[in-house]
Amino acid sequence: MNMLVTPTSPATPNGTTRPQVRIVIVGHVDHGKSTLVGRLLHETGSLPEGKLEMLKAVSARRGMPFEWSFLLDALQTERDQGITIDTTQIRFRTNSRDIVLIDAPGHAEFLRNMITGAAQADGAVLIIDALEGVRDQTRRHGYLLHLLGVKQVAVVVNKMDRVDFSADRFKEISDEISAHLNGLGVTPTAVIPISARDGDGVAERTDRIGWYKGPTVVEALDRLEPARPLEALALRLPVQAIYKFDDRRIVAGRIESGSLVAGDEIVIMPAGKIARIKTVESWPVTPVAGRQGAGRSVGITLDRELFIERGDIIAHASAAPRETRRLRARIFWLHDKPLAKGDQLLVRCGPKESRATVVAIEKAVDPGELSSSENKAIGRNHVGEIDISLSNPIATDPYTENPRTGRLVIEVSGRIAGGGLVLSVDAGQRAVPVDIVPVESALRADERSARYRHNGAVVWLTGLPASGKSTLAKALERRLFTNGGSPILLDGDTLRAGLNSDLGFSAADRSENIRRLAEVATHLARNGHIAIVAAVSPAREDRAVARRIADTAFREIHVATPAEVCEERDPKGHYKKARAGALASFTGIGNDYERPEAAELVIDTSTRTVAEAADEIEQMLKSSGVLFDEVVDLAANI
Amino acid sequence: MDHLDQLEAQSIYIFREAFARLKKIALLWSLGKDSNVMIWLARKAFFGRMPFPALHVDTGKKFAEMYRFRDHYGKEWDLDLRVEPCPPIDAVDPTLPPAARSAARKTEGLKTALAKYGFDGLIAGIRRDEEATRAKERVFSPRGLEGNWDVRDQPPEFWDHFNASPPQGAHLRIHPILHWTEADIWAYTKRENIPIIPLYLAKNGKRYRSLGDQDITNPVNSKASTIDEILIELEQTKVPERAGRALDHETEDAFERLRVAGYL
Repeated sequence: MNMLVTPTSPATPNGTTRPQVRIVIVGHVDHGKSTLVGRLLHETGSLPEGKLEMLKAVSARRGMPFEWSFLLDALQTERDQGITIDTTQIRFRTNSRDIVLIDAPGHAEFLRNMITGAAQADGAVLIIDALEGVRDQTRRHGYLLHLLGVKQVAVVVNKMDRVDFSADRFKEISDEISAHLNGLGVTPTAVIPISARDGDGVAERTDRIGWYKGPTVVEALDRLEPARPLEALALRLPVQAIYKFDDRRIVAGRIESGSLVAGDEIVIMPAGKIARIKTVESWPVTPVAGRQGAGRSVGITLDRELFIERGDIIAHASAAPRETRRLRARIFWLHDKPLAKGDQLLVRCGPKESRATVVAIEKAVDPGELSSSENKAIGRNHVGEIDISLSNPIATDPYTENPRTGRLVIEVSGRIAGGGLVLSVDAGQRAVPVDIVPVESALRADERSARYRHNGAVVWLTGLPASGKSTLAKALERRLFTNGGSPILLDGDTLRAGLNSDLGFSAADRSENIRRLAEVATHLARNGHIAIVAAVSPAREDRAVARRIADTAFREIHVATPAEVCEERDPKGHYKKARAGALASFTGIGNDYERPEAAELVIDTSTRTVAEAADEIEQMLKSSGVLFDEVVDLAANI
Repeated sequence: MDHLDQLEAQSIYIFREAFARLKKIALLWSLGKDSNVMIWLARKAFFGRMPFPALHVDTGKKFAEMYRFRDHYGKEWDLDLRVEPCPPIDAVDPTLPPAARSAARKTEGLKTALAKYGFDGLIAGIRRDEEATRAKERVFSPRGLEGNWDVRDQPPEFWDHFNASPPQGAHLRIHPILHWTEADIWAYTKRENIPIIPLYLAKNGKRYRSLGDQDITNPVNSKASTIDEILIELEQTKVPERAGRALDHETEDAFERLRVAGYL
């Protein structure tokens, strides 16, 4: 939890303003994390009264020399075994910072607890035993810091007393770990030689490390910066719930990035529905005026009743997240059973959950190993990249665009089993159906094509409004039918009245409209029919999606009638309305139509008759193997 | 957003997650400063009224001021108040040291309430800075069928994703103010003008920093008679908050044993 709550300028009780920074101490087991924490508290005078005496007594009872780590290793089993099992937190102050120290276990068995601790941190201290040097957990923790988004890392080389404070040994380790971290895109803010037990390098540069000129640990901590809320990014308000405790219908959630204010026009993703924020509700005073920024838990009401559900994301229409059923993520895996291709999971992106299937696994490695050999499955405590297919569409961002919404966790049997970053969102890919067994037709494709004398196809007519798509589509339909074929017209507007009646005209809704048209058309084509689609389909990317869905059956025809001609025709009066400003998001009078670059056929209807144009299409369908050539038939009759 | 705004926003997020993901929850109202802040935060999260019960597991040994406070604000805040009496001391593990044994009555009362109402989530006002085993807690903390805490096998929890699927018959503890400190609680109480029990303020050189049962809670030396003075006192003191709580100090592991068995 808590990544968000990284105070930038907390008012401390006495009214002064000091930055609060959360720092996690990580590293290999037994390299001295808990000891360093104990020493830091002691050096900064932060130990509660009686604690030192209590620790002496606890150590003596176990017949051990004084043990700093007992301060945080509060559990009996931790003290008895001398290892940290679970993560913990403790607070202290440096000259300019309030610091929340998060101690994380170094033992591989408790990596889940290390992640629980480290995920809350603004910065990290990676500790390395001077005698043992860089070990597998050192590398693994370094890698996980990168995956968890912790970018500020200070390295301490501990137990320098056990290598006689050797500058050479220090340099050796310093070079090795710096190279490793640089490889992950992390530059250490400092590399510090210390002895946590004796105190060298923690708060003071002692004579024994006189050759070292850099900062002490306390000084290095003083330089770490708290993470900032992401107010500069686009608005993302994931919906936690819709409350109707009284006559208000309040949409509640936390602003993960950006900001909002009453009156804003917003889009609800993934459905793409548009509304306006009526009020920002609060308690005890409501409504509240003024802009609400990232980090706030808010409640808003909208100017119209729309179906909204937990997991939807509210954004500004101009910068909406992508809607997808398929994405790629770089994840760490914590479950005993390795994650393999075909596994079914539950994925959570913020409050949204969706069942999912692992479609592909790549780069599955143990980040603790030096030479990483790739595996087919992602083992426990290993990392990898996965493609997942989701059973419900979700709205998300790649983490490079939004580190808050661009991450996910994976659950197995109701328990978090892994997590990671969204690398890319594939808006075009179809989902691999989850638990769906398609029933095949009783008829074979060649039985149908023998009767219709053509193969199945998707003939996709794209072009400006009033360019003649529907006229051509109808002419083609009539002609193919007359010849004994089985054409079926799929008109964009007609489908919007039924199948697509839930969709509006946002970019995402238009994409989904096209996707559904392409799916229906492809189904018809697979069953031997020629689906004739007439749709403006202005976005090149959307048409590329349609082509991917229909694959080899796809024939794109650009109805390239000049824009002036289209506007003059204007049979539906749309251009006139748009010019008058009464038809928002109308394609035609702006530059928002993206011309096809490699259509199978280009037709300008202003320079030829409908019959001539239909001829050209027929010719193209023949030459590209959709319509059976009559010559072949003649030959068969001889 | 200042520090208190950020703490508040995080707690509201946790409350809303608990309400959305669990079937039947209740807030454990101990009448102390922390659980009063929690109720305030819940009312913020749900726009005025807490949409689940406030459960007071009553040892019968609280201070009279605390009972008066409960009866008054239970009504004023429109709480769905459920009072669950604790069993007599004889019903509790006799191997525990005396104060811990006394406190363990609360664990038993809690189990009775859980069985009676079938809650799958209990919201509790513990904080990391109070005590070392509480510092190791999760925000959503699973409990076994007997209400026990398996400290060796806590699930991973990160990026505000919580494990919210308790097995049939078990429950979760939800800790919306785990990340707050004692000073945060007082600063917020002052800012929001949340009512408090006067025992927290110094009278005749003594005040209570933490309120438990009368027989096992002691006042500390203090001159702080206002919240502002408490905040200044906290700046300077090195005495831990629960120093006046006898049960924390009887043996090295007394508190951990209580917590593993289901104590808060």
